[in-house]
Amino acid sequence: MRNFTYLRVGSVEEARRALGQAGATLLAGGTTLLDLAKCGVAEPETVVDITHLSGLDAIVFDATGVTIGALAKMSTVAADRGIREQFPAISESLWQAASAQLRNMATIGGNLMQRTRCPYFRDPVAFPACNKRAPGSGCAAIGGATRHHAVLGTSEACIATNPGDLAVALVAFGAEILLGERRIAADDFFLLPGSTPQREHAIAPGEIITAIRIPASAAARRSTYLKVRDRQSYEFAAASAAVGLALEADGRTIRDIRVALGGIATKPWRAHAVEAALKGQKLSREAIDHAARLATEGAVIHGDNRYKTCLTPRVIARAIINLKLRGIA
Amino acid sequence: MTDRTIPLRLEINGRSHALEVEPRVTLLDALREQAGLTGTKKGCDQGQCGACTVHVNGVRVLACLTLAAQVEGRSITTIEGLGESELHPVQAAFLEQDAFQCGYCTPGQIMSAVACIREGHAGSDDEIREYMSGNLCRCGAYPNIVAAVRQVAEAMR
Repeated sequence: MRNFTYLRVGSVEEARRALGQAGATLLAGGTTLLDLAKCGVAEPETVVDITHLSGLDAIVFDATGVTIGALAKMSTVAADRGIREQFPAISESLWQAASAQLRNMATIGGNLMQRTRCPYFRDPVAFPACNKRAPGSGCAAIGGATRHHAVLGTSEACIATNPGDLAVALVAFGAEILLGERRIAADDFFLLPGSTPQREHAIAPGEIITAIRIPASAAARRSTYLKVRDRQSYEFAAASAAVGLALEADGRTIRDIRVALGGIATKPWRAHAVEAALKGQKLSREAIDHAARLATEGAVIHGDNRYKTCLTPRVIARAIINLKLRGIA
Repeated sequence: MTDRTIPLRLEINGRSHALEVEPRVTLLDALREQAGLTGTKKGCDQGQCGACTVHVNGVRVLACLTLAAQVEGRSITTIEGLGESELHPVQAAFLEQDAFQCGYCTPGQIMSAVACIREGHAGSDDEIREYMSGNLCRCGAYPNIVAAVRQVAEAMR
């Protein structure tokens, strides 16, 4: 890891000013930044430590939803009683991510800024070609070992999977990211790679995530996050689904359904086609299976990741059935 | 550029340590190389194995992904600070249950286990496995580690 200048700031304003310097980057939990600095992917000149700021870690509920400060720890949000009651999928996405130690370190804001775990991206020495790291240099993943790479939202420049869990749940329930005064829908915050995979977030230089806003809804209250992976814990998703379901008074007709997917796409993936196919329908195994299959229409396979197109509809179906079985839908 | 150092005062195991470190120095390296506390182990050095687990303000974190500068003013506990005159109950349980083979991951396992029990995440074997999953043991002592954690958790109920 190259050396850098360390700057501890006392206010968001001070942090913004410090970020104006060339090569300056924010340090929150540090779990991505220090990891990538050790890999030689991140080479900051100045590290701006915001972990000593106060007042940016509150979880505040009101009549229409919750606002979570950017410096709230993943573990704190996962365990929060209000989050567990009103947004179970948010809590579940958090405690199924990373490990207990990492969740005690990583912040909600930093979690959204985490980078892909594409092994080609993370190893500049062995794999100089990476359009995300060095725009225009090519993509070493295409034609390589692609078991964990994306099948949706890819481009000829990049097939790296977005590794987020929380972000998937945020996209499902229409959350907004607050950047000081500016707010942006979570779905628009994450960018498709297209021809510019180096740009992953709709955040301008000098902007800082200050909070996340999640609107309350019946679907969010009756929600779950199902994560299927190569090992039971402490692993990224092979495929995951955040699902929320609200039924009409008859207990069978689907009034509202939210489905977003992780582990299979270049950004947290809202499955609009699945939602549209189920809305207004009677809840049945046939309807669920039929709709779930729409999730991976248009998937582009690269070698080893074909299984994701088979696994994903099953994960969606299982998540919806789990909600029904729990009796909370 | 590499000669940039900063003075730091860290509170480790109840004692104050004055250090002079480069900003890039992690808490793990500061503990081992500067404070002379080599009980905290360097396994992967990239947040994947848990061997470097320590407590900061009573919360378990990875020392390899924490900058020393970041934890100035916080209270740091390492394996050396767990039980100075006698073994901590979790240390004793690890011995009793033979919860290790080579022992390299053990300080991290024990620091993690102490926090896991304190958090209330040791209610069943499944819960212990889930909340201890950030600590890898390549000797495969997992069943004995779970037994040690369960033994202490049950004794405290």
